[in-house]
Amino acid sequence: MRARGLFTRTALVLGLMFLYLPILSMIVFSFNNSRLVTVWDPAHSPTLKWYVALMSNEQILRAAWLSMRIALISASAAVVLGTLAGMALARLGAFRGRMLLAGMTTAPIVMPEVITGLSLLLLFVAMQQLIGWPKGVGAVTITLAHITFCMAYVTVVVQSRLSGFDEALEEAAMDLGARPLRVFLRITLPLILPAIASGWLLAFTLSWDDLVITQFVAGPGSSTLPMVIFSKVRFGVTPDVNALATIMVLIVATGIAISTVWMRYRQQRRVRDLQLAALANL
Amino acid sequence: MRLTTASGRRLVAGIPILWLLVLFLVPFIIVFRISFSEVRLAIPPYTPLLTWRHGSPVLQLHWSAYRFLFTDPLYISSYLYSLKVAAVSTLCCLGLGYPMAYAIARSDAASRPVLLMLIVLPFWTSFLLRVYAWIGLLKNNGVINNVLMYLGVIHHPLALLQTDFAVYIGIVYSYLPFMILPLYANLEKHDGTLLEAAADLGARPLRAFVRVTLPQSFAGIVAGALLVFIPAVGEYVIPTLLGRTDQIMIGRVLSDEFFENRDWPVASAVAIVILLLLVVPIMLFQRLERRELEAAR
Amino acid sequence: MNAIPAAADPDSAYVRIANLTKRFGDFVAVDDVSLDIRRGEIFCLLGGSGSGKTTLLRMLAGFELPSAGTIRIDGADMSAIPPYERPVNMMFQSYALFPHMSVEKNVAFGLEQEGLGREQIRRQVGEILDIVKMGGFGARKPHQLSGGQRQRVALARALVKRPKLLLLDEPLAALDRKLREHTQFELINIQQRLGVTFIVVTHDQEEAMTLGSRLGVMNHGRIAQIGTPSDIYESPATRFVADFIGSVNMFEGRVSDDGADGLRIDCTELGCTVRAPRTASCTRGATVWTAIRPEKINISRQPPAAAGQPGPAENAVRGTVREIAYMGDMSVYLVQIDSGSMMRVTLPNVMRGAERPIAREESVWLSWHGSSPVVLTE
Repeated sequence: MRARGLFTRTALVLGLMFLYLPILSMIVFSFNNSRLVTVWDPAHSPTLKWYVALMSNEQILRAAWLSMRIALISASAAVVLGTLAGMALARLGAFRGRMLLAGMTTAPIVMPEVITGLSLLLLFVAMQQLIGWPKGVGAVTITLAHITFCMAYVTVVVQSRLSGFDEALEEAAMDLGARPLRVFLRITLPLILPAIASGWLLAFTLSWDDLVITQFVAGPGSSTLPMVIFSKVRFGVTPDVNALATIMVLIVATGIAISTVWMRYRQQRRVRDLQLAALANL
Repeated sequence: MRLTTASGRRLVAGIPILWLLVLFLVPFIIVFRISFSEVRLAIPPYTPLLTWRHGSPVLQLHWSAYRFLFTDPLYISSYLYSLKVAAVSTLCCLGLGYPMAYAIARSDAASRPVLLMLIVLPFWTSFLLRVYAWIGLLKNNGVINNVLMYLGVIHHPLALLQTDFAVYIGIVYSYLPFMILPLYANLEKHDGTLLEAAADLGARPLRAFVRVTLPQSFAGIVAGALLVFIPAVGEYVIPTLLGRTDQIMIGRVLSDEFFENRDWPVASAVAIVILLLLVVPIMLFQRLERRELEAAR
Repeated sequence: MNAIPAAADPDSAYVRIANLTKRFGDFVAVDDVSLDIRRGEIFCLLGGSGSGKTTLLRMLAGFELPSAGTIRIDGADMSAIPPYERPVNMMFQSYALFPHMSVEKNVAFGLEQEGLGREQIRRQVGEILDIVKMGGFGARKPHQLSGGQRQRVALARALVKRPKLLLLDEPLAALDRKLREHTQFELINIQQRLGVTFIVVTHDQEEAMTLGSRLGVMNHGRIAQIGTPSDIYESPATRFVADFIGSVNMFEGRVSDDGADGLRIDCTELGCTVRAPRTASCTRGATVWTAIRPEKINISRQPPAAAGQPGPAENAVRGTVREIAYMGDMSVYLVQIDSGSMMRVTLPNVMRGAERPIAREESVWLSWHGSSPVVLTE
């Protein structure tokens, strides 16, 4: 027992180091003065010059802004569609098309991205021939593509949350006189809100990060941030990308820290509530 | 349960079904159809799907794209190479991920969420940038070689980048959370008294693990393995940034056929054959997923 | 115990369920059930899992549509009425308290749907919370309450709209034993105070007997028997009911005489002749079952007065005690009678430390009064 505990713990520590060392090295070398990136230049480091360079790089800023807009719209639309799909799968019981919907929402999660990208582009080309819309490829087609693969993830998150809570809650609301739409707004929505929020964040991250599908459905003048980064790093490391990575890690870390503090606060409140309930039992 | 009125039901299920039909299912049918076209110099660069002859539509199927695929050894070797890379990476992921998931599931309740967060955290930062980070570590004057040479372990830099090894590292690194999470979800549910019962009946820890824990975690292993294997077969970014130049993976072949050669029918045929290879794993994954969600109800 | 006097006018069917059937695919959950429920009574639907009792309740609430048959409440047909427009409220087995709302908000939810004024809602919520003795807990969230408190809030929430009919799905199942007993009487109290008609679904016969003014025993989607608790216990209509409610010794036999003083039944399984009152219509020679409750059997070392005489014994058998289970208030004896069958006998432990209690492997006589056996034909 002890020996295996030791073994798995060692694996855990090594695994975590494996996960974090690359990120750490990116952060460290973002403050390196040398153009050689991975050779530390002790004389002139640390320096912020790559951050300054980044902030004046028009191409990257424009791409980041485009990615941001696409991710915001895609995540929001994906949440609406994914919530509907999750509701349908978790609450409508057996209906015609259930298998179809279930299949079409899990398949994009594992589908190799090159195939999804290719198929979406061919669709857009065919649509343009047939109905004249969308006009060429660009931000619109990228957004449509992102919504499609993001909604699959939202569906899974919302569906599992809905499966986790008692359907009797919705029945009780209806029994007390609330019509279906009101049941959704007053009972279902508040209860699945955490799932919707994490689904939105997940969708935003996936959209913000996507390269392969985007490359297929993007056109000239619609380069997203991952596309710009990819074209830069394809031919080697560049120091300003390290700076960019550091900023992104910082943003995520801040978000996680805030949510951890919030969760801990909720946890403490929960413990207090349980003590109250225990007292009530006396 | 009649949660909604009939029209409400139709709306709730209908909107997402319609969206996915148009943007997920129809595209595959188009890919399938175009794989039976011939390339030509026009816009779009393939022979039309339907031709009209004497007022009636004629469906013309060309097999040239598939014939091409099975005669040129480049494609076959790329498929085999992709399967090999995905299989090796999946096994490595399992080897590293299983003990990690096990350690988290057996740690005390307070530290479990923290450890899980540490596993998921990298996933929230850019995938592309995390793969990119390995270029800096693996290249000839990269961090690993520099450190090893500084320590005197080696005198000439090792060729780490642009090798199979680099691709394995990249895939394991990127997909590790997808292996750990389903495994953890499975292992966490195990009843600790089963191991005690096994011990009580005289099984030593290793034997108890092999006879009790491992068979029970089979569903988690399969789910995790599929979540790594399926996308890894079609992986594009990792082999492009870290991999060999003399042997490319099939995702890259598809992309090159499409963007470099502008041969849409062959690109489509490549996609269809990837799907044929993956259809069994994908169906398996869907069945597992469905069972998992039904069980949660 | 039977707490509620039967409703004044036995003919007034307040809830009339007629030929109600519910099918799920090939499975018939509720099979042609007809049932009248009186105004102001507590009617208990008692049955095992899969007996169809919950499906019947859900059809009354409107969550399931009947495959056939009708439900009328106070004269109005409910078939086309959705759950949110029925004058029916339900207390769920899980209580289904909205976790994101305070106790007050939970109870107010139903009134808000009616569009009542804020002041009126506040007053009615306050009143009903006082009735269930939860007056001081309005601001709490459900997870800050104990199980018993949650049960009261669920009851208040379902009662605050003064429904014509209150449906209770296993209302006490989630409470521990001590609390359950106490809550049973409180529930009856509140029901009497407010005069709302209750339909209670339960699998617990003790609960059904305590709560119900009348019971309906369900089996395989059908109603096996309807009656007061004592009707059902003392005069079960079928073997299923006799076996389901309480425990019973049941033996197959043949009617040998159908005289003025009752039936005579030859039981080879029992090894004696049973004299029983004429409860079921049966002819001589018919195969019947006699059911005798364990507490209605005497156990003694001496043969009962009528037994020792020659000829086959009547309402008495000899046997050997095989097991004795001491339960505190009573003891259960498992006696192997001379025919080889086992009989179950319970005796109250009236005396503390009885002088020479009957021991295992002792030879004993079992006997019962001629009015005790119930004769069943199906």
